[in-house]
Amino acid sequence: MSIRDLLSPFSAWKNILRDPVTIPDPLNDRPGSDRYRGFHQNDNEKCIGCGTCEAICQNGAIDMLPVDSVATKEGDSGLRPRIDYGRCCWCALCVDVCMTGSLTMSNEYKWVESDPDAFRFTPGVDKKFWDNSELGYKRPEEHRLVSPERIEMREMNVESRIDSFAEIVHGYSIEEAQLEADRCVACGLCIATCPTHMSIPDYINAVREGDYEQGLRLLYETNPFSNVCGRVCTRKCESACASRHEGEPIAIRWLKRHIIDQIPHEKYREIIGDPEPSTGKKVAIIGAGPAGLTAAFDLVRKGHEVIVYEAKAAAGGMTRYGIPEYRLPYDALDRDIETIVSMGVQIVYNTRIGADIPMQQLTQDFDAVLLAIGLQEGRQTRIPNSDHEKVYRAVDLLDKITAGEEFHLPHCAVIIGGGNVAMDIARSIARLQKQQYGQVDVVLTAMEEQQHFMADPDEIKEALEEGIIIQDQCGPQGCEIDQSGKLIGLKTWKVLSIFDSEKRFAPVYDNGDETIHACDTVIEAIGQFSDISLLGDELTEKLEWNRGRIQIDSDGRTSESWLWSAGDCVNGPDVVHAVADGHRVAASIHCYITAD
Amino acid sequence: MTYQPDRSQYPNKKADGSLDIDLKSGKFLKLWQGPQHPGITGNMSVELTVCGDEVVEGITHVGYLHRGFEKLMERRTFIQCFPIVCRICVPEPDFNEYCYAAAVEELAGIEAPEYANWIRTLILEMGRINSYLMYCGGQAGSFGMGVISQWTTYVRDLMLDRFEELTGARIYHMFILPGGVRDRLPEGFAQRMEETLCEIESTMSDVYNTMYCNAVFKKRSVGVGVIDIDLMDAYGVTGPNARAGGVAKDVRKDQPYLVYPELDFEPILGQDSDIYTRADIRRQDLLQSVDLVRQILAKMPEDGSLMAKIPSVMHWKIPRGETYIRGECSRGEYGYYLVTDGSGYPRRVNVRGPSYTHAMALLERMIVNLNIADVAGLMVSLHTYPPEIER
Repeated sequence: MSIRDLLSPFSAWKNILRDPVTIPDPLNDRPGSDRYRGFHQNDNEKCIGCGTCEAICQNGAIDMLPVDSVATKEGDSGLRPRIDYGRCCWCALCVDVCMTGSLTMSNEYKWVESDPDAFRFTPGVDKKFWDNSELGYKRPEEHRLVSPERIEMREMNVESRIDSFAEIVHGYSIEEAQLEADRCVACGLCIATCPTHMSIPDYINAVREGDYEQGLRLLYETNPFSNVCGRVCTRKCESACASRHEGEPIAIRWLKRHIIDQIPHEKYREIIGDPEPSTGKKVAIIGAGPAGLTAAFDLVRKGHEVIVYEAKAAAGGMTRYGIPEYRLPYDALDRDIETIVSMGVQIVYNTRIGADIPMQQLTQDFDAVLLAIGLQEGRQTRIPNSDHEKVYRAVDLLDKITAGEEFHLPHCAVIIGGGNVAMDIARSIARLQKQQYGQVDVVLTAMEEQQHFMADPDEIKEALEEGIIIQDQCGPQGCEIDQSGKLIGLKTWKVLSIFDSEKRFAPVYDNGDETIHACDTVIEAIGQFSDISLLGDELTEKLEWNRGRIQIDSDGRTSESWLWSAGDCVNGPDVVHAVADGHRVAASIHCYITAD
Repeated sequence: MTYQPDRSQYPNKKADGSLDIDLKSGKFLKLWQGPQHPGITGNMSVELTVCGDEVVEGITHVGYLHRGFEKLMERRTFIQCFPIVCRICVPEPDFNEYCYAAAVEELAGIEAPEYANWIRTLILEMGRINSYLMYCGGQAGSFGMGVISQWTTYVRDLMLDRFEELTGARIYHMFILPGGVRDRLPEGFAQRMEETLCEIESTMSDVYNTMYCNAVFKKRSVGVGVIDIDLMDAYGVTGPNARAGGVAKDVRKDQPYLVYPELDFEPILGQDSDIYTRADIRRQDLLQSVDLVRQILAKMPEDGSLMAKIPSVMHWKIPRGETYIRGECSRGEYGYYLVTDGSGYPRRVNVRGPSYTHAMALLERMIVNLNIADVAGLMVSLHTYPPEIER
């Protein structure tokens, strides 16, 4: 203790001359800092209502609710997050995890209301004064709580695949599949988009948990063609995936395949379970493709007797005779078919209804008949000289390749078409050329611009890697023939536009921009149609038609009460649509035959 | 401290050695201090038994702030725990964020990037400064000096401004998360921080003249509330409470973490272990933290990665394991014991806050024979935060 200790405290008096430091808030405006975590904003155009913000909120402050101004559509649940500021702790995990980046925070922090319910609001829908605030917390670019990149699929490299029909994709290892499954936020937008509404988040969860039996059970609830769809599905689910907005979509198709690959085929039946006891009802199905066999699978599980008539020597329809083996190995397809057959479905091969067995016979012997004949016939361009013997339809050649039939392999082929079938035939021909001639000489011409091709982008990328030349915006005008009658090329004009203002097919060409694509073979891959001659004149006359296709109701039933139609012949080509259709008509047939 | 019968003739000792306190005798009075008493930094109370103005027994009562965080975390995913942990200690929340993040990172086999570690260290030192500023105000207030807390609250607010521009929040920063930190330093941050540090130094100079060189403060704090050096280990005394008695305990030196090995500092030690020494150790620690913040801003890399690659948080599972992560907060050793069982949730989280030992066991021991008027001063001098007692 000293004299200083007595005097020193009086130094506090110097502050008497200082200005006050207190900020008279709220009378003067003190903005929050640039990255302040203030009131929420949501860009409703970007938001897809995936609900990941709701899932991560540890306070339960977020509820996903329908709002009037937003409609449910593909890839958008139509729900928007409503935030309860009685619960929110401003941690911003919702902003960090937001799959589209639509949810952000403003730097505003003052909001006075007399109604306590006002503090439960839907940002972006309920208009607020901070809606257009530039400042506030936005997720920094590298701060990602869910990985935007998918686990890369291991594949054969170009050199080893170009002369081989072995499957290109190797499939995920268990570790890779679990990492990929971890990326899924289980929003379920994919379920609504999948034609057969597979329970995708649940089977991805099964991958995560390593419970493959449960995964297989879930797959077979909605899709008996999981071997096929795990490889060649058009995966509409991935186009609706929440992850695609700020990264790559979850590899849903590969995860499905991964489940399938993990279970020995012998165990499938045990996991799927036995059919119900016999009902004594009989159903005939024409066509052993995905639609017909899916319906057959559902109907035998319900205890009905099902006989499938197949014109060809093997089942699978277009999945066998249209899709090349490097995309869908026959043994994978066979596993799906064997499982369906093991449930009690009888398939009668090499039997063409209409030729071998008359249609009337089926109406007498069965309680219901399903027409699932697919699209087996290739459409023709009907351009000049397209009737030349060296102008083929893609489906016919793919059929021959599958069946192992001999045909003259072109040295130089030009394909017409930009869809998956065009890619299939181009890549198959390229492989055969490499095997037999040592080099690839395939040109693919299509009317669309390359980025608008119907084909899967992966197909286009791989086709280019394999040496196929793609020439887009080429409208076929005629096949060129020399004086000896030999096919020497395809003449095309540059396409200026394909559709008119009413979106009707009305191509406009620049005939000054003409190209002759030299070749010895032209292959048309511009679509398919059904051969309906099996119906016979009388039934064809009785049935109602819609633009050349049989008219059906929402359950797939035709104007004849005993006849249903499903699959590609109704919807156009797509495996998973065919599967969905099979389920739909099976449910309808079951109701019909058990109601009697 | 031992019982000194010469200060009061009561209570007598019973044959078994326990105190003979008979409230009906009229010699004793029960006095409830807290839970809203200004001498208590948070909601906690002490049940005092006094004889005259002398405390003969003190029993601590806690539970007013119990929110069950440890249990809540067992039902939350690893990322969902991150916004919770800061609430375990209100005045110095960042230690919870760091310890939790480091524990998760260790068990998940993740290494936070170096740049993120510099920012983490910066935040922890900023938090230490704020915690000490709050302490100074409280210590002075407990002895009747209201002005000090007004000064320190002002400069603490300036530091909160720095927290706000760096982390986006003033109190619960929620900035250090498993894998790294949320964002980098804003532009011009170092300059503004320097201005704040100068203001803090200036204020602390005033505080020194007014509080530490003050006959009243010295009279009431020197020689009062002495922690016997023999009690240090038995009662788990850490931090400034231990250093004021000459025990060089500082986790930053004993078991260096983050970027502390690259910083130049020595633990500040005292000798007398009384209230005044503890207050002075904290004042010097505060100024040392000001220096450490300057060192960090000068030495840290210009830029770098903020976050290590972490698994997708929605399904983050951590293999079976357990770890104890500790660090030196303003009150002593702060630690997180985390047990994982391979699922997506912590199996057990136990928070080791220094207040648990200091505010309960140690206080009950030290409060005996104190004057009632000094109880608040003693409690504040142990620098305890009841929220962290009740996890």
